[in-house]
Amino acid sequence: MKTDIILAGVGGQGILTIAAAIGFASLYENKFVKQSEVHGMSQRGGAVQSHLRISDNPIASDLIPLGNADLILSVEPMEALRYLPYLAKQGWVVTNSVPFENITDYPSISRIKDELRALPNSVWLNADQLAQDCQSPKSSNIVMLGAASEHLGLSMDSLRAGVEQVFSRKGKDVVDANFRAFETGRKFTSKLQIN
Amino acid sequence: MQQLVLLGAEAIAQGALDAGISGVYAYPGTPSTEITEYIQKNRLAREKGIHSQWSANEKTAMESALGMSYAGKRAIVCMKHVGLNVAADGFINAAITGSGGGLIVAVADDPSMHSSQNEQDSRFYADFALLPVFEPTTQQEAYDMVFAGFELSEKYGLPVMMRITTRLSHSRASVKTREVLNQNQLKLPEDPRQFVLLPSIARKRYKRLLELQAALLKESENSGFNPDQPGNDHSLGIIACGIAFNYVQENYPSGIPYPVLKISQYPAPIEKVRKLTETCKSILVLEEGYPLLENGLRGLLNNNPIPIHGRLDGSVPRDGELTPDIVANALGIETKSGPAIPEFLANRPPSMCKGCSHIDTYYALIDALKPFGSGRTFSDIGCYALGALPPFEAINSCVDMGASITMAKGAADAGLIPAIAVIGDSTFTHSGMTGLLDAVNENSPITVIISDNETTGMTGGQTSAAYGRLESICLGIGVPANHLRLIIPLRKNHEANVAIISEELNHHGVSVIISRRECIQTAVKHKKVHNS
Repeated sequence: MKTDIILAGVGGQGILTIAAAIGFASLYENKFVKQSEVHGMSQRGGAVQSHLRISDNPIASDLIPLGNADLILSVEPMEALRYLPYLAKQGWVVTNSVPFENITDYPSISRIKDELRALPNSVWLNADQLAQDCQSPKSSNIVMLGAASEHLGLSMDSLRAGVEQVFSRKGKDVVDANFRAFETGRKFTSKLQIN
Repeated sequence: MQQLVLLGAEAIAQGALDAGISGVYAYPGTPSTEITEYIQKNRLAREKGIHSQWSANEKTAMESALGMSYAGKRAIVCMKHVGLNVAADGFINAAITGSGGGLIVAVADDPSMHSSQNEQDSRFYADFALLPVFEPTTQQEAYDMVFAGFELSEKYGLPVMMRITTRLSHSRASVKTREVLNQNQLKLPEDPRQFVLLPSIARKRYKRLLELQAALLKESENSGFNPDQPGNDHSLGIIACGIAFNYVQENYPSGIPYPVLKISQYPAPIEKVRKLTETCKSILVLEEGYPLLENGLRGLLNNNPIPIHGRLDGSVPRDGELTPDIVANALGIETKSGPAIPEFLANRPPSMCKGCSHIDTYYALIDALKPFGSGRTFSDIGCYALGALPPFEAINSCVDMGASITMAKGAADAGLIPAIAVIGDSTFTHSGMTGLLDAVNENSPITVIISDNETTGMTGGQTSAAYGRLESICLGIGVPANHLRLIIPLRKNHEANVAIISEELNHHGVSVIISRRECIQTAVKHKKVHNS
């Protein structure tokens, strides 16, 4: 088993939290993990990405080669497109539909959606709304994790344990809110394939 | 023993803790900051009283670490690559004095300039200083090399460089830890004149350093960090330094067909390199950084019996960090790619945060400068350097730590009056104060705006060295009290702030305007702590 994941978003949107949850889940299954992150200036509202690699065997490169990502998991729709050259032929793109518009030349959302629709496997969901609907308004990133959960090569139990470990320091209420977000994302995952 | 998932930077920190350091010294700088932060957050380190407070700059950090080493204890000093420029005086001369307790200089280079103004390769500094370097390939090696580095340092009485790059520093993987070593006892140098670099002593110390080179080379030849592995296909031999080795492996999942020499300990193991060149028909050198080894291998006349490929013949791009795909191309392996990035995709550069104090400072400055015209604002290293981008386009320079004040002075000397410097509070105490003294001594017609957000913002909100003391420092340097002004950068104060800046721009002498409001990032953190 080997899963290469690009996590994408804008600095401050919480992609490292998703990465941490997946990382913990992978360790529960005794997988090898390498996870490359962006720190520093780009975290100030710039485009950020994380390369997350999970495997049964030792992993050489900290970076995913182009055309190899099994999944692009993006918490922002335009950012999903920035890493398309990394996507494998049958790879999945799972993205939040809510734009983060901190630039003046943000493209039209319909063009972004068209671009994603042209891919063989893509999922589009309003994670912000879904997070609100399940009374976990701060957990849209974990909704996204739930929506991508089928493509990670990890069991749901491991992923839940990963979510728990990430939030356990913040208390039971926060853990429960994120469990709700995770389940909400999971429910919507297969329904939201763009046709 | 434990199994931990650590960033490369954190692996160095954990290694340093486990190898018995008594102190870490550093000034924050991406991608090196996390080494020190990890030690600061470590409960055991606090209980043991291990020093971890930030230094005012990399030079003071380097020298403090050398002092701890003088006293017989193990110390690590951490900085980003350009920080080593600041610490270079201490670093180069520490090679001459030598060390006492083990001394590691951890330097994080930033090829591709993710968060830096250049991509200089610190291995050149070590080569210049005649000091050994460790360059880890993995997070585990980063951890293990701290132990090896301290051992080597204490064996030869020399500082040792640990060189990493952004990719390893900011990538996580599993690390197995070792048994924790005790700290060293306090111990003075056996030779009381070891650290006294008067010329007569320095000449002897320098000869000793030169004499040690043969032994350091032998250490590299025998080092387990420099393994050479055989291959069946001798049409090519590969030299892969540090993290470059990972990309070679990535491209040959079922084994590398060519002989490979991985180099992670310098001086480069010349005999191993010679063996490779004598048994292969061509050589590919893969280095994360400048072509240090490739240059040496080619030599000045570049008349080698076999072709040498690398950054200098275009097999690998001359600049930027390596990737698995770049290495694949250099190896003639076909690469894949997913769909192209759509043309309409917009860039999303970093920007100042919503509510950032620098924003209000710049808007006030822009209005105050209208009568004088633009092109006269020198700035510095920090979040406020983003003031170069739209919608502000408010600054005309960002060069090195502290350069805003001194460049403004030089421009004013040339007749560009008034000249303005915009500098952050932490950058001011790092390297701005001495330049301000120059300006005060000549009463140069410059206006210095210290955009004081009460923290070291860009690297994540570390303590600012002169928190609460900027006014007294400026007065102490000799800034006249009536030209030391304070403004609060808020939209509601805009008109008043423009008026104050205008007054000082019209003053024909040194003015300092402190524009003070807490960083919005640290303010939010403080509020959370306060509420909980």
